[in-house]
Formats: sequence, structure tokens, C-alpha cells
Amino acid sequence: MTRLKLKKLEEYLQCVDGFEKPKLLLEQYPTPPHIAACMTHCMQEQHDDIEGKLVADLGSGCGMLSIGATLLGAQLTIGFELDDAAVDTFRQNVVDMELPNVDCIRADVLHLPGSKWDKAFDTVVMNPPFGTKHNAGMDMRFLDVGMRLATGAVYSLHKTSTRAYIQKKSKEWGARGKVVAELRYNLEASYKFHKQKSKDIEVDFWRFDLSEL
Amino acid sequence: MKLSTYNFLTSMAIKGVKVGYPLKLTINKKDVIESEFNPVFIQRLLPKLDWSAVYSAAQVAELADDIPAAQPDNVAEDEQLLQRLHHLLFEIDVLEGQLECPETGRVFPITDGIPNMLLNEDEV
Repeated sequence: MTRLKLKKLEEYLQCVDGFEKPKLLLEQYPTPPHIAACMTHCMQEQHDDIEGKLVADLGSGCGMLSIGATLLGAQLTIGFELDDAAVDTFRQNVVDMELPNVDCIRADVLHLPGSKWDKAFDTVVMNPPFGTKHNAGMDMRFLDVGMRLATGAVYSLHKTSTRAYIQKKSKEWGARGKVVAELRYNLEASYKFHKQKSKDIEVDFWRFDLSEL
Repeated sequence: MKLSTYNFLTSMAIKGVKVGYPLKLTINKKDVIESEFNPVFIQRLLPKLDWSAVYSAAQVAELADDIPAAQPDNVAEDEQLLQRLHHLLFEIDVLEGQLECPETGRVFPITDGIPNMLLNEDEV
């Protein structure tokens, strides 16, 4: 039984503050509350991957997915984020919403494998940098880290145009990858170079099952 | 930062560091945030934890009287100990302090509850 209805979860997530000054190099697009609510709700409702679990959020930004997981009963959620302004906003969100059981660590996600975090988490969630501009392949590097940190499942968002490639990589990792949903992801005009006011891109919401490894 | 999180942190990403564990913890300011007791979760977490780092965190948090220095065999049956572990690992929130690499002495500050494990380019 999921402890919060989807609508209520989304209402709570609308209270999560986003990036004050998004940084282009880090591809700081906020995860919209509606998408974050649908993602985390699905993880719990369909797969029982959140409640009572140890959850990591890679590139956690201001904590939208971490807070979604916490609201759905994750026993401990740990967000890893490089950027100082984002971790401060994350922490402020956690304090303002009076949430227990959620931590934020300022760290480079790419430095996590090979440490005590290997296979430490039940579930890993992420909305990675899509890696299209200055960070080519960054989403795949994040996904690779997720595979090494989780024992149960990894959830991630990737551009639909990369679907065949991700399916192939997933097999190499020995994970059972499945597209859970296709999203129209609305990137608001956060950066100056976005000439259109708002632009939809097609994004896949993936679940990678690691439980049989 | 919760002390459960502390148990996993290392400084092994620093160039030349072999183990980088456990980090020497200093607490200057802490808070207590109550959370739901989940004995099943703690039992599942224990094999992933390093007990000596659990105990040293208890000493730093001034809760050493609650936690045995060596891990008892029957933790799962000891409800009282599980409650104390829950309090230590999930309810203590370190707000200000630091973590020190046992090999290099590199200090990672904890500010407003956030440990900063980020390294400079010349350290990796």
C-alpha cells in the first residue's frame, strides 16, 4: 500500500524549491514536480522499491526525487550532488519540510564506484545530465555508477533517441532494462540559448532490474 | 548528516590513499530528529556497516554507553539495542563538524548538515 496518493505527493513536491541560478555546464534542469511524483509513485506502487529501502539519488540537484522517495517512506535517502548552491537548496528544502531520513552529500558521482557505496543501496534513482552539450555521454556514466551502487533496481531518465543504445548497454551490465513510460519532458526556458519559450523533448523513464545478478 | 551515512564515507578518492577509512569524525553541533523505528531495516543494514565505525561514532556522539564496543552475535533478538542503533544511526543529525582522512589528514567539513567530500582537481 503506497502511503501517499499521487495527487497529494505532487502537491507536496510543488513546495520543493528549485535552482536559483541554473548552471549550463551542469545541465541543471529541474525535475518537474508532476514527473517526480509520477516516477517515485510508480517505483513504490508497481515495484515496492521505495518504502523501507535505502535509496540513492545521483545528481540530486535540489532534491526533488530524494524528497519524493522520502515522502513515500524510504528508510534513508542519500542525495549526491556536485554543486554547492544545489546542495544548499536541497538541505533547505529538507529542513523547511521537516523531513527525517534524508541526507545530502556534496560529492562527484563519478568518484563513488569502488568505495563502500558499492552495492550499498536497494534502489538508485536519477535524473542525470542528458549529456548532450558539453558533457557527451554523461547520462551513461551516471547510469554505470547506478548499476554499481544498487542491488535491487535503478531508475533513470534518458532521451528516447538513445533507447536502442541503452537497451544494448543494459544487457552488457546484466540488468533487465525496461522502459516504464514515455514522457514529454518540458524544459522551460531556463537558459538564454533556448530561443523558444518552452520546448518539449521525448524522454524515456527506465527501470533496470538488478535483483537476479 | 546521519551517522548511518557517515559509516559509508571514505577518502579513498584522494590520489595515493589506500583505504581512507574510517574517517575521524568531529561533531561541533548536532540535532535530534525523530524517525520511525524499523527493526527489519536495521537488521538488513548491519552487514553493510562497519561496527568499529558505528562504535566510534557513538563515542563522538556521547552515546557510547548505549552501544557495545564489539558487535554482539544476537543483535536481531535484542530489541533494546536495535532501538539504540536506530537512534544513533538515523536520529542524530550532525549539523557542524568535520571528517578527517586517516592517511593524509585532509579535512572534509560538515556545514549546515552537508558533508563536503568534493576534492580539488590536483587531489585526484
